[in-house]
Amino acid sequence: MPDACLKTIDGGYVTPASAPAPLLMQARGVSFRPQGKPLVDDIDLDIREGRRLIVMGSNGAGKSLLMRLLHGLIAPTSGEVVWRGKPLDRTAMREQAMVFQRPVMLRRSVIANLQFALAVRGIGGAERRRRVEEALEQARLGDLAKRPARVLSGGEQQRLALARALACTPRLLFLDEPTASLDPASTLAIENLIATAHARGITIVMITHDKGQARRLGDDIAFLHAGRLVETGPAARVLETPSSGAARAWLEGRLYLDDLSSPHTSPTP
Amino acid sequence: MQDFATTLWNAVGLILLGDADLIEIIALSLRVTLSAVVIACLIGLPLGALVGAFRFPGRGVVTVLLNALMGLPPVVVGLVVYLMLSAAGPLGPLRLLYTPTAMIIAQTILVTPIVAALTRQVIEDLHSEYAEQFASLGVGPLDRVAALLWDARYSLLTVALAGFGRAVAEVGAVIIVGGNINHVTRVMTTTIALETSKGNLELALALGVVLLAIAVIVNAAVMALRASAVRSAYA
Ligand SMILES: Nc1ncnc2c1ncn2[C@@H]1O[C@H](COP(=O)(O)OP(=O)(O)OP(=O)(O)O)[C@@H](O)[C@H]1O
Ligand SMILES: [Mg+2]
Repeated sequence: MPDACLKTIDGGYVTPASAPAPLLMQARGVSFRPQGKPLVDDIDLDIREGRRLIVMGSNGAGKSLLMRLLHGLIAPTSGEVVWRGKPLDRTAMREQAMVFQRPVMLRRSVIANLQFALAVRGIGGAERRRRVEEALEQARLGDLAKRPARVLSGGEQQRLALARALACTPRLLFLDEPTASLDPASTLAIENLIATAHARGITIVMITHDKGQARRLGDDIAFLHAGRLVETGPAARVLETPSSGAARAWLEGRLYLDDLSSPHTSPTP
Repeated sequence: MQDFATTLWNAVGLILLGDADLIEIIALSLRVTLSAVVIACLIGLPLGALVGAFRFPGRGVVTVLLNALMGLPPVVVGLVVYLMLSAAGPLGPLRLLYTPTAMIIAQTILVTPIVAALTRQVIEDLHSEYAEQFASLGVGPLDRVAALLWDARYSLLTVALAGFGRAVAEVGAVIIVGGNINHVTRVMTTTIALETSKGNLELALALGVVLLAIAVIVNAAVMALRASAVRSAYA
């Protein structure tokens, strides 16, 4: 049973078995409300060093938006994102990397995609060659190194996107559905890359719709519903005995149509 | 007056025999137009890329301006350049009027907005796809412009070819500032205009055929580029 390190929805802390890992980043009342629409609504979230946080929730719940807010790609309309106790800035972003829901491949070869990511961080020469080699090998893309990245299959593109993110040696890695629409073998390849990264001490924040994956890779789960964080806790606990109606309905595969004023009443199946 | 078939036959003969006047005129045309396109690209590519890749106050105005300048009437450009370069004009002392340099200047003014405006569009579209990935990777402003220009290279080559096509077929501006002087500033379009009015239809038609061939080649090149870019998913 992993350490509980997240606030529960009622604001209390789950008793940790040992001292929690140090805080890496925090969302404090983060909201994103373009034209008043609360797409991400008043989210408080702690992300601790070396932990793997899984973000779940139905389509359009605001998972990708939350991730972009945490990564600093969009600015919250209210609230703040804190990195190591300070407001998130460009240097903090350099310690993070993100794999997008739809991988963005430059119009270049596989190897040039990797080289570019390293070059913009000022990494060149022998060090860059070494890291590119390592990334190609880890992602098993060696044979495809010279191919245009955009002709790769979906699974290969996801592997490249992940390898490119990891080559930048981030402290925290955001993954937005990195295995959506991949076959079991590709999924396993990606999961292994994530596991290796975690073993090296990289903190992981990952969005997935796959319960099995959440169980395999997650220490903690944050469940989003209609832009709000309705449940957080240790992965096993949230998956076995979800306390919120939205999470329970979602995990049972039911449609949760309840309005937010009564998040604990689940609809009749 | 000979019939059209005979004229065409004689015109083709001029081309095949490599008529010296013809070659000289074609060479000057290409020199003027290629120089103008190269200079227009040196200015228009970075300018278009900057407007396409960055948000700044007045950006909308610049975009509208560039698009409007794309349609500059050549004779007006010719007139303005003429006024600048004429003896009484501010650049008169340079004595550039009725030289190939004057023609290059006029064509550069015509082509630069075309290259810049089309580049702006291409780069803006590409940037909307790359923006978040670049922000995530921490790509700085210079790297951003360079990477966008490089990744749009196929589209931008077709932009340059579009500029070339416009310039090589242009007559109004070059005739005003070049003066259509034999062996000095006579290019394909201005020669066609002059020789037709003089009744020397063979030379006019020969140049017309060459101009048409250039247009076909340019368009074929654009299509071939597109096709090869699509094949490697670089389009
Ligand atoms: N920049 C934006 N401006 C306005 N609305 C947006 C913006 N980005 C996303 N949205 C909307 O916010 C909602 C949440 O989007 P988001 O991409 O975060 O969903 P998600 O939870 O990741 O869903 P999925 O599981 O389908 O990926 C959607 O209804 C989307 O249309
Ligand atoms: Mg999403």
